[in-house]
Order: sequence, then C-alpha cells, then structure tokens
Amino acid sequence: MLAAAGALYTIPVVDQFREVSIVTVAPNGGNSELFHINIPADRVMIGATGKDGDVPLELAWPQDKVFENIGTEIFKVRNAKDAVIGVAARTVAKEGDTDLTDWVIHLPARGSLFVNMEPQPEAGRARIGKLRTGSREFGDLSGLIAESWVSGSASEDGVPRGRIELRADYVSASSLVGGRAEEQLR
Amino acid sequence: MKYIIALIAGILSGAALFLLGLVYNPFIGEAALSPLATTDSKTLTLGYSAVASDSVMYTNDGESQVSPFPDKVQQLWEAPISQTNAMVTVLTDSRNQVAGMGIKMASAGENTRLLEGKALVNSVWYVYLPGRGSFFVEQTENYWGYLRDIILPAYRSSAGTWKGIWTGNVTSGPGTTGTARVSGGTGEFDGMEMLGVESLSVRTWRVSGGPLAADGWLTIEMPDDQLAAN
Repeated sequence: MLAAAGALYTIPVVDQFREVSIVTVAPNGGNSELFHINIPADRVMIGATGKDGDVPLELAWPQDKVFENIGTEIFKVRNAKDAVIGVAARTVAKEGDTDLTDWVIHLPARGSLFVNMEPQPEAGRARIGKLRTGSREFGDLSGLIAESWVSGSASEDGVPRGRIELRADYVSASSLVGGRAEEQLR
Repeated sequence: MKYIIALIAGILSGAALFLLGLVYNPFIGEAALSPLATTDSKTLTLGYSAVASDSVMYTNDGESQVSPFPDKVQQLWEAPISQTNAMVTVLTDSRNQVAGMGIKMASAGENTRLLEGKALVNSVWYVYLPGRGSFFVEQTENYWGYLRDIILPAYRSSAGTWKGIWTGNVTSGPGTTGTARVSGGTGEFDGMEMLGVESLSVRTWRVSGGPLAADGWLTIEMPDDQLAAN
C-alpha cells in the first residue's frame, strides 16, 4: 500500500509536453513572442453562415438566425520554430455597424490569452488587439497582439495559402500604472 | 518459491486495498452546492449538450474515448496538444432558446493529484452572444467525482455502460470558493469581472464513446454594480 501511495505521489499523472518558449525582450521593455498559423494546413475548423468552404467538409454550421453574422475558425498554433504549441479560436461577428474580432490562444503547458482586436487594421499595418486577460502564465500580463496575413505561394485550388502571424508584446500588468502598457508597447 | 508467491500476492493485495481506499476515501468529497447558489446578483445561465456528436465540432488526439466530430475533423495529435480537446457548441438560454456560440478548450492539468482527489483540467471558454457581446471564462475543473461515480462504474459494468443521474459542479478554481474567473470582452460585458461555475448532468456514459446523454451549464454571476455601470 505504501509503495502504491509513494508511486502515485511521486510519479506525475499528467506531464504536458513542452516546447521551449521563444521569447525576446523588447527594446522598450516587456517581452515579445511570435506565433503563426500555416494556412490551410493548421486550420481545424472554419464555419460561417451562407459561405462555402466549411472545414471539415461535413461540418453542419448552425442555421439558426442567431448565427447569421458569426464566423468561427479553430487553428493549431505554432511557435517561431514551426512547432505546434497550442490551439486558437478566432471569432468574427458583426455587431450593428461594428466588426468584432476576438482571439483565444490556448497553450496547454502555459495558459491562455483572450484578445479583442480593433475593428479595422490601420492602412498597411497589422490589425492590433488588446490582451484583455490571460490565464496561468499570462494571468498577470497586459499587452497587445498584432495580427497580420503573410501570403504564400499561389494555390491551384483557389484556397488562399500563407500564414497568419500573431506577434504578442506583453508586460507585467502589476509593474505598470494603468494605460501605460499599450503606450509602451505600440 | 512460496515466499516469492507470498510477496507478489502481498504487493497485489496491498495495491488493490490502496486503490479501494483511494476511490472510497470518505475524506474526499465535492461541495454539493454551487458557490453561486446563494448569490443575490443577477445570473446568466447558458446550457449546452455535453455529447460530442451534438456539438458543432469536437476534436482531440483521436485516441481518446470520445471520438472527434465530424469524423474527418483534424485531430490534435502533436505532443504539446495531445492532451487537449477543443469544442465549438451552440449555447442555449434558461428558456432553452439558442443564445449564442461557445468555444471550449481544455487540457489535462499537471497539478492533478489523485491522492488528494484532484483529477484536474485547465480549461477556457469563449462565449459570444449576438446582440450582447463576448466574455472569457478561465477555470480549473476537477473531474474526480465524475471519474469515481461514472467512469469507474462504467468500466466495472459488464456492458461497459453507466446509466443513472449524476449532477455536479466541475469548476474548482481558480477562485477560492471554487469559482471560475470570467472576464468581459465586448458589448454589455465589456470591462466586467465576474464569477462562474460549470456544471454537468450525465445520464448515460459508455466506455466506448464517453458521454451519450449529458448536458452542461455555465452559470455566470453578474455583479449589480458592474451591470449598472455598463
């Protein structure tokens, strides 16, 4: 009995596989991290009302009127070394005249990020989003996420190829006075 | 020879006794009442089917009891995400009307301690309710009661099936009272900091397939002062 108890106590029941985090220190303070998603290889799901090209093909996107203006994508997320490290969800919706774009990035060994993006990207620049909150490792962080599309080689089947880049710049929220995080990171 | 046999028999019976003690440990139990049951604040209750084939999409490593849905959805087989599952589902309100979309991503928790009755899962929900806005739920779930009361009996059953009615709160943190941390994103939830609890009601569970009849609920407490501010 003691041996069984000892084994259960010392041997971890769950041991998440970890890729080394590739984080750089930004010149103006804080940390930067680059994630990317290879399209179409990393797209797990895409669903939207009235649009062709659902992934997977058998996906039955809800036809209820409530979902008229919602589109959701689920992706695998990669680090700068092209290794899969997590899963992300991108939801797009139309709220009146406003476009809503939210990201949730879930990295099992580290935690999750919840990001509200600006409705429209600035001309010629990436779409910027604010890190609303995070869990575990990201729980005390404040910062910005920049989303940009990098086109790849032309596709023969009409499916866009390329990658979505997500550059995260974050600082510890507790070390800053309100509002300064964004100014510092922009 | 007889000493070796006695040693092996002793080890096996010791391990079996230990497992019995672990499963039926009277000192490990779950709170029967939701931490939000006695709140005076307004609550928002959202329901969903906890059966994978009722969801819009469910995926995992493809080798777990619950099969991905639809069949050809990409699986999360890479090592860093192989203990993770993702689900996109329709959420209903307390009148069972379609209210919005929920996305749940959950991973096995490294702080799982079976000796302490903790079978933990770290999960997040993203909820979008058209016309109202979005919010994010961060929680640690404890499936010890689910494991002990449903999964083990299903494995012991000759048919490999458990049938009954099991209802319980799976949220165990990060709030000290066993609540999830809920952060508003857009719309009427913008800037709000709330508490939440996820609960499950299971009626049928099968070894090959997982839950066959099960529902889940997210209950969100919305503090009156923050509602008024929004």
